[in-house]
Amino acid sequence: MATSTSKLPEVFEKREQEITDQWVEQQQATGRKLTAAERDEANRQSREFIRSLKSALKQNSSGGISGPEWAGVRDFLVDLSSRRAKDGYSPRETASFVFSLKQPIFSALQKEFGANPKALADETWQVTLLVDELGLLTTEAFQKTREEVIMRQQKELLELSTPVVRLWENILALPLIGTLDSARTQVVMQNLLEAIVQTRSDYAIIDITGVPVVDTLVAQHLLKTVAAARLMGADCLISGIRPQIAQTIIHLGVDLSEVTTKATLADAFDVALRRSGHKVVRQDAAPSGAAAR
Amino acid sequence: MERIPILKMGEFLLVTIQVDMHDRLALTLQDDLTGQIVKHRSHGVLIDISALEIVDSFIGRMLASIAGMAHLLDAETVVVGMQPAVAITLVELGLPMRGIRTALDVEKGMTALRGALLEGQDGDTSSIR
Repeated sequence: MATSTSKLPEVFEKREQEITDQWVEQQQATGRKLTAAERDEANRQSREFIRSLKSALKQNSSGGISGPEWAGVRDFLVDLSSRRAKDGYSPRETASFVFSLKQPIFSALQKEFGANPKALADETWQVTLLVDELGLLTTEAFQKTREEVIMRQQKELLELSTPVVRLWENILALPLIGTLDSARTQVVMQNLLEAIVQTRSDYAIIDITGVPVVDTLVAQHLLKTVAAARLMGADCLISGIRPQIAQTIIHLGVDLSEVTTKATLADAFDVALRRSGHKVVRQDAAPSGAAAR
Repeated sequence: MERIPILKMGEFLLVTIQVDMHDRLALTLQDDLTGQIVKHRSHGVLIDISALEIVDSFIGRMLASIAGMAHLLDAETVVVGMQPAVAITLVELGLPMRGIRTALDVEKGMTALRGALLEGQDGDTSSIR
């Protein structure tokens, strides 16, 4: 095997131009239609890749791609596929960058070893192994980049979506937007409780207008938040219950009777104001000199 | 022996828990507190747990039983100063302590107690009528 693999660098040396040209052609034939700039970029990348592949092969043509000689090729592929993942290429397009290299190399081998079937088969097998491994590496890097993007977005979403708003002295509002899962509930709960301590509030209004679905789990999370706020000495009101959600809650048999619920945030705010001893009066309707509260 | 001090503040009793609770200490506290309620004829008890970083089911049950005893002796109990992390833990443990009044700090607890006592008096008079 060692003797047969040593041929591959020579083939590359001899037929580099041919392989590269065919490969570029192949890529353009199979992939989607590219703009001129994209084509130039793909050309440049392909030539660069072939060059680094050649030099890696020259130094170590057997023993897989995990050796230090292959670091350049690996870095190039990881970089390429993560860039493509961010640019919105599909996994197929990214992987076929490497896999479309097979045919040009095979045909080069064919020309070289056409008279010697055994050598041809050996070399072909070597190339297949090599290209497959490079392809796997590409796909893995692609996947990893995508996962990083998803993780970052999840984190940003978590930070974005849980503001605690101070409506009045002693009254907080917590507008919830999006589905409540356990992780978000934890963040919401923590934010709310810390805000209660900070502002010394007595009332917290949880507004669920922006929560698309309330199932038993979400309801349980809500009740937990309410219970935790109560332990801190704050009264919780739930507002923004849409008609469908009211129906769902009753059909599911969720017991929200311990919590004050209101249809709109305005109603809940009114209740909180009254309970804390405030009063809202229209200025022109009030007797002269009466305060606006 | 270790003891938790019980301070008399006007008509209320103030208990500040600052050390780790264990069975013996809890029993002593219950003894002392019920004795003091009767002795001073107090109608309100404030239990300050703001110094507690960790509250387990044992303390939760102890607080509930103290509240129950105080109630039998005609005194309202308010637990004040719970840390956010503690509140979350208790809820996750499934111990929302429904029977106990809570307040953010001693000041608010005092206001809540006064309110509760007024309410109680109204209730008494209406039942007499």
